[in-house]
Amino acid sequence: MAKDMKKAVIEVDGARVSFGAVKALDGVTLSVMPGECIGLVGHNGAGKSTLVNVINGGLTPQQGTVASDGERLDRYNITIARGRGMRCVFQELSLCPNLSIVENTRIMHHELGGFGWRAKAAKVIETSLDAVFPGHNIDSGQPVGDLSIAERQMVEIAMAFSDAGIAPRLVILDEPTSSLDASLARQMLDHVRRFVASGGSVIFISHILHEILETSDRIVVMKDGRVVAERPATEFDHQRLVEAMGSVAKEEAFQRSARELAAAPVVLRHQADGIPFTARQGEIIGLAGLAGHGQTELLLALHAVQSNAWWPRRDPLVTFVAGDRRLNGIFELWSILRNFSIASLADLSQGGVVRTAEEAERGADWKRRIEIRTQDVDNGILSLSGGNQQKVLFARALATRAPVILMDDPMRGVDVGTKQEVYEIIRQEAAKGRTFIWYSTEMDEVRLCDRVYVFRERVITAELVGDEVNEINIIAASFGGVAA
Amino acid sequence: MKLGLTSDAMRLVIPALSMTVLLAAVFWLQPRAMSYFGLNLLLNLAVPIALATIAQMLVMAVNDLDLSIGAFVSFVACVTATFLRDAPLVGTLILAGAVGIYALIGVVIYLRNLPSIVVTLGMSFVWAGLAVLMLPAPGGQAPDWVRWLMTVKPPLMPMAIVASIVIAIVAHLIVMRSSLGVLIRGVGGNQRSVERAGWSIIAARAAAYGLAGVFAVAAGIALVGLTTSADANIALRYTLLSIAGVILGGGEFTGGRVSPIGAVIGALTLTLAGSFLSFLRISPDWQIGAQGAILIIVLALRLVFNRVEKRRAQP
Repeated sequence: MAKDMKKAVIEVDGARVSFGAVKALDGVTLSVMPGECIGLVGHNGAGKSTLVNVINGGLTPQQGTVASDGERLDRYNITIARGRGMRCVFQELSLCPNLSIVENTRIMHHELGGFGWRAKAAKVIETSLDAVFPGHNIDSGQPVGDLSIAERQMVEIAMAFSDAGIAPRLVILDEPTSSLDASLARQMLDHVRRFVASGGSVIFISHILHEILETSDRIVVMKDGRVVAERPATEFDHQRLVEAMGSVAKEEAFQRSARELAAAPVVLRHQADGIPFTARQGEIIGLAGLAGHGQTELLLALHAVQSNAWWPRRDPLVTFVAGDRRLNGIFELWSILRNFSIASLADLSQGGVVRTAEEAERGADWKRRIEIRTQDVDNGILSLSGGNQQKVLFARALATRAPVILMDDPMRGVDVGTKQEVYEIIRQEAAKGRTFIWYSTEMDEVRLCDRVYVFRERVITAELVGDEVNEINIIAASFGGVAA
Repeated sequence: MKLGLTSDAMRLVIPALSMTVLLAAVFWLQPRAMSYFGLNLLLNLAVPIALATIAQMLVMAVNDLDLSIGAFVSFVACVTATFLRDAPLVGTLILAGAVGIYALIGVVIYLRNLPSIVVTLGMSFVWAGLAVLMLPAPGGQAPDWVRWLMTVKPPLMPMAIVASIVIAIVAHLIVMRSSLGVLIRGVGGNQRSVERAGWSIIAARAAAYGLAGVFAVAAGIALVGLTTSADANIALRYTLLSIAGVILGGGEFTGGRVSPIGAVIGALTLTLAGSFLSFLRISPDWQIGAQGAILIIVLALRLVFNRVEKRRAQP
């Protein structure tokens, strides 16, 4: 076939994916040609991971088509994707820590079977490790659990580029350099260029913009489930990339009430690497940055410092609103009232016995105040919609006497109406002198805050106050690699 | 480099050490145990326990727990002492069917996302009931070939030790060396990544449970070979013994970290602990408590060991 007649390795056309009310992908079209490295950037919730999952066969779009080599694939799944040479390095660890590197290679490559597979697998992975990270010093007989985080990531990257019969054609790298040091990252980026030069394709996701700018041929910018810009990398620079990720002026959503809080007493301090964290009375403090860059860890650390593992404090300073309702928020088998009152039982009981009348009274009071939509607070918590369950969790936290409320991205998957109601409650409570420390992955929520700390790589890298809290500043601080 | 050993090899050090210490203590208390006959007597009851422990280990490798294994081994013992002797074909079919049911349970637990503890606890009553139906009172007789197998006197080493070594080697080959074993342990380590690599989790879990069924059947047959007759309650304590054996042998409840050689050593150690306490003339009333104490000491040792290891790994 002639060289200019090359067909796309993968072609996604008009893909739409929604999870409940959330549109993760809203009509995305993307094609990847052989011998091309595509940089994919976007802030939280832009739809990068969903797009990756569509390409690697883990997710079938509700609308739209996937085609490969000019052939439309109606029944596309992980096995077909792997058979066509699609490989993926995920952000989280995707090796089995209890198995050795060789055994993990066996799991990844179906083709490696039969007698003497260990020797074959060792050769496959060692060849790839030597190619990507020359001089790596990793023994392939070691269990993955014994490796350092950087070494694990190196093995995962080498695994994606390894060839055990089916050659890799498209490798998706999702934040591959996050735990590699500069020289290892350099080796990997060089290998990406070599791989692309030999006709392979790469989709490269990173929060370090200069890596994207110098490694990619083409850059695709996503926002709110759509592709908002797609141009050759040479037409972008750091500044323009940040601007493309931000939105086109959408500041009307609310008016910031300029509040002067610098003189308010400090209620909480925390010192880690980077900018020190302080919280003043009555402040709403946002923790921003890309998801998983240390925001939840800060909240947990603040909570751990202020609470006792043996005995609950009489007057707790902090209380926590969980983000993952199912995992660490609600008690699924309990009623709405019990879910609400659990955090303030100490105030509601006398001599170890709960005063049920008072519990019911307080429950009814909060039901009215934050409008939990239910006939009866004695119904099971699961009878409520997700948004109302979240309101119960808010009520649980607000009903305590704790002056500081830690929120771990609590609005995930909550409808817009409920969000507005909760924002209003937060503003009211803050005006009364409560402090909110709010980790959010949604830009609109971060902009509600009086002060914002931006995280990158587990460190606070920027503190934005008042009018500085805007999307461009937050994105600029979340993405590293400013040429300097 | 830390001692030049991987964490898997370190896992075996404590079980091997505790067995050696117990064995030395037994020999010191009762030097006559240090003979062909003495060792056989000391260890032959460990053979069915070792097989049951391997079965439990296979289930634990996929992050589940089998609470029905004691009842199942009893059931197999009853089948062996009745059908397998009187009508070998029917007996074989029953045992093959039982293994099939084991595999099926593994599939059901995964598909319906049920807690394995609940399902296997329920199954334990089913197996126990079937066993009582077959042998309402202790009785039956071991098939001759089974009896021969368990009482044969190989040269150099008593049968108990030969059998233990064979069990350890076979289980090691299946679980640690074969592709299937890697897949089963992979499911325990990170099920999602195994799934993403395009494997069938159902097949892997069915295989793990099916293999567990095979080893548990072997345990039942071996037990009847030693006791010559069966009883519906003959192996009820195997459930807890097998779990203790896996843990003692360096396995863990989650994460697919298991060691077949360690599991066999763990089963031998548990058996030795019983004899050791008898030689100390501790009354049977106290033996179970004392056995528990030995378990706690060994596990505490392992925790200390892990902590030291971790401290060295990340200074």
